[in-house]
Amino acid sequence: MSGYQQRLYRQRVPLFWWLSRRSYFAFVVRELTSLAVVWFVVYLLWLVWAVGSGPTAYQRFLDRSAEPWLVAINVVALAFAIYHTVTWFAVTPQAMVLRVRRRRLPGQAIAGALYLAWLAVSAVLVWFVVIK
Amino acid sequence: MPEEITLRVSRYRPETDAGPTFQEYAVPLREDWAVLDALNYVKDEVDPTLAYRWSCRMGICGSCGMTVNGEPRLTCGTFLVDHAPGPIQVEPLRNFPVIRDLVIEMTDFMHKLGSIQPWIIRDESADDASVELLQTPSEMDEYRRYSMCINCMLCYSACPVYGLDSKFIGPAAIALAQRYNLDSRDEGAADRLTVLSEDEGVWACTFVGECTRACPKGVDPAGAIQRAKLVAANEAVKAFLLPKWARG
Repeated sequence: MSGYQQRLYRQRVPLFWWLSRRSYFAFVVRELTSLAVVWFVVYLLWLVWAVGSGPTAYQRFLDRSAEPWLVAINVVALAFAIYHTVTWFAVTPQAMVLRVRRRRLPGQAIAGALYLAWLAVSAVLVWFVVIK
Repeated sequence: MPEEITLRVSRYRPETDAGPTFQEYAVPLREDWAVLDALNYVKDEVDPTLAYRWSCRMGICGSCGMTVNGEPRLTCGTFLVDHAPGPIQVEPLRNFPVIRDLVIEMTDFMHKLGSIQPWIIRDESADDASVELLQTPSEMDEYRRYSMCINCMLCYSACPVYGLDSKFIGPAAIALAQRYNLDSRDEGAADRLTVLSEDEGVWACTFVGECTRACPKGVDPAGAIQRAKLVAANEAVKAFLLPKWARG
């Protein structure tokens, strides 16, 4: 044993590390906006419960939903959910390797398919809610 | 008198300093000089006590990774003129303990690299030793990108997950595990999966994606990790549902 003792300097991650870079901040926002998705699940369950509990409960649900504060929450949550969706669509091609006839599909094709699926589901919902 | 640029270099002398401080050096601003050339100039002409690692000067050895103006970079490929008029701040790689000045302690990474067995694992008893194991170009394309890793650790420096919890096995180790898992000659994927599928393995990654942006060799560790997650999840479901003989 030599008398030499290594004295390492341990670098510390700053408390607000996620503010130190744009990409870190975008990542944290992407993760936190998942709460908006949770909110819509809760909201949907509330709707199902109201429908199941009869006309009065359903009317109360509709009245509540028309109140400005709940409309505001839903508008903000929708914006967050869209951000969450778009950012995940953007990184999906990096995580997914799909092959057609042994050729790897380009990233734009995978992201494009996701946007098409989104569009198709939205069109079906619009048809149900608005047209029918 | 040639034009000059200032380097603000992080200094840490463990025998005297409690923590790092900055020291400024004026170096010639030459068009063909990278930050590493400037550090070599300082070491040779100005201050021989400055400590840093380097070797090949051509982006192959992976020794000269440092934090340049806040970004993890290979200093041999980061040119002074791109950061003119300066000053250029040079610090050790983030997320690692510092031994001295710009030299970091990398034992942790070396252990992690070894744990994924980055070599071809294969039962060679049926192989004919006189015949090469051939591979088609498309089989090679499966792993080629991941094989470009030079172990420079810039991805660990860029990764906030590793910074917050150094138990995470980290981007390069997982990319290198995938490099061998996807090799048609390799049979070690199941061995490596036991390491990769732990909590500190692929599941610690939250897909920040910064490792891929930091990589100087275009390896895409973030993509490799997500693909490894898919394999780990598939295997877990198979292990739950299927008898051993049917798992394949």
